[in-house]
Amino acid sequence: MENAKIKALDFNFYYGAHHVLKNVSAEVIANKVTGIIGPSGCGKSTFLRSINRMNDVISDVKVEGKILLDGKNIYDPEMDVVDIRRQVGMVFQKSNPFPKSIFDNVAYGLRINGIKDKYFIQERVEKSLKDAALWGEVKDRLQKNAFELSGGQQQRLCIARTLAVEPEILLMDEPASALDPTATLKIEELIHQLKSKYTIIIVTHNMQQAARISDYTAFFMLGELVEYDLTSMIFTNPSKKITEDYITGRFG
Amino acid sequence: MKKRQLQEILGFNLLRVCMVLVLLTLAFILYDIISKGAGKISWEFLTAMPRNGMKEGGILPAIVGTVLVTVITAILSIPFGMGAAIYLNEYAKDNNLTRLIRMSIRNLSGVPSIVYGLFGVILFVQAMNIGTCVLSAGLTLGLMTLPWTITASEEALKNVPNSFREGALALGATKWQAIRTNVLPYAISGMLTGTILGLSRAAGETAPILFTGAAFYLPFLPRSLFDQFMALPYHLYIMSTQHHAITQVRPIAYGTALVLITAVFAMNLFATILRYRLRKTKME
Ligand SMILES: Nc1ncnc2c1ncn2[C@@H]1O[C@H](COP(=O)(O)OP(=O)(O)O)[C@@H](O)[C@H]1O
Ligand SMILES: [Mg+2]
Repeated sequence: MENAKIKALDFNFYYGAHHVLKNVSAEVIANKVTGIIGPSGCGKSTFLRSINRMNDVISDVKVEGKILLDGKNIYDPEMDVVDIRRQVGMVFQKSNPFPKSIFDNVAYGLRINGIKDKYFIQERVEKSLKDAALWGEVKDRLQKNAFELSGGQQQRLCIARTLAVEPEILLMDEPASALDPTATLKIEELIHQLKSKYTIIIVTHNMQQAARISDYTAFFMLGELVEYDLTSMIFTNPSKKITEDYITGRFG
Repeated sequence: MKKRQLQEILGFNLLRVCMVLVLLTLAFILYDIISKGAGKISWEFLTAMPRNGMKEGGILPAIVGTVLVTVITAILSIPFGMGAAIYLNEYAKDNNLTRLIRMSIRNLSGVPSIVYGLFGVILFVQAMNIGTCVLSAGLTLGLMTLPWTITASEEALKNVPNSFREGALALGATKWQAIRTNVLPYAISGMLTGTILGLSRAAGETAPILFTGAAFYLPFLPRSLFDQFMALPYHLYIMSTQHHAITQVRPIAYGTALVLITAVFAMNLFATILRYRLRKTKME
């Protein structure tokens, strides 16, 4: 495939003795939205968290194989995990604003990366909130605690916070699963706008959502990547029977 | 009435009686100390040296001694206890060794204080040759409070949601940055509260300072950390059991008790206020 941003090569993942990802190989295309679907427990989150090495924080895990980011193996011992995470942003399933002001939430990533210039921070916060389609709703109350926002706003705040450090890749783990339909729609529109600038990988439980927003879709099952293709192909003409069964809701 | 309902009412009232009994006992102790000690409290009592074989005068050296020793205790207990808790909760792998260490700490917090006293004599007074003094006593109490500080601090750290850590890491924070900027600010109130409660307990201990530096009677204030000192709990013990004119000095004993529990109460109140204020500023 053309323009691969991320390549997984025979990637395996274990929680202790539990073999959760099995020989996953896939290429993620730059500036596209790649959706990951599959029944719960099939390893979607684990795969996503493998791409920014978030699984490092869990004890007793093991990886085999490679994940290449711009051609470099992120599991190479010489790679700096902090750099990787700056480059690969992540939005969590349950929105997790910090108990700080809206402004400080978005500025957090800049500050820990050593940026002190107030005007720079101010501009970047504003830009990120605009990119996350939240600016209009919060511009008059930037100093308010982030917990005062609604669920959908909190999730967009977390997106803004991630955008502020200018990653190249956005990982989203069921970002709308806890939101009502209106808020979900807003997030979906946002993802659509963001893909010109970012490579987006999104896990979703919701088949219609995957069909709506993703250019490519990967179907996982029991830790294996069963099928991976253009979304249009997966949803209209899957090559495997089991994919079809899943998509038509026969199980899962 | 059905049997089950009867049991319910019976059980409920039994528990209520227990609670009332406890409260009554507490109230009686407080009443006893306050009614018999309050009359003794005066500016002179708080600021004067004991006189005339401790039958007259004040308890200044005991107050100063207790304050000094508690400060040493805090200096040992706060950084080491919090540091150990941060290490255990944030850095240490969750393996058998860590679990063993944690279990030992829990067990140490139940060791009788007299044992710490003996340990202090052997380690600080004799092996390290510091002698019986403020420093030895403070270090001994510091050791005794460490398990409490560590346990309370670890609990406070555990209460910080994991999403704060992961959220920070995902933005490119190093582990220490995540802890410093996104965990400690939300744990510090709990850590301090637990620590201060531990210190207030230490301030009232007699056994650990008995062999390590507390003196029966000194007509002067400690001039350095290597001097012996008088302390409120030990003074209280002497005045109520060891003095040659016990009945005559009974009011002094009650006054001392009142000063001691007031100090302890003030520390606990401070801890509560601190927790309340920090909690209010961080979440809502
Ligand atoms: N921290 C963990 N420790 C041990 N096992 C885990 C952990 N996280 C997930 N698992 C297991 O790994 C498998 C895949 O989980 P996950 O990646 O969360 O699936 P999904 O996101 O597709 O629902 C599941 O069987 C789950 O129980
Ligand atoms: Mg998941």
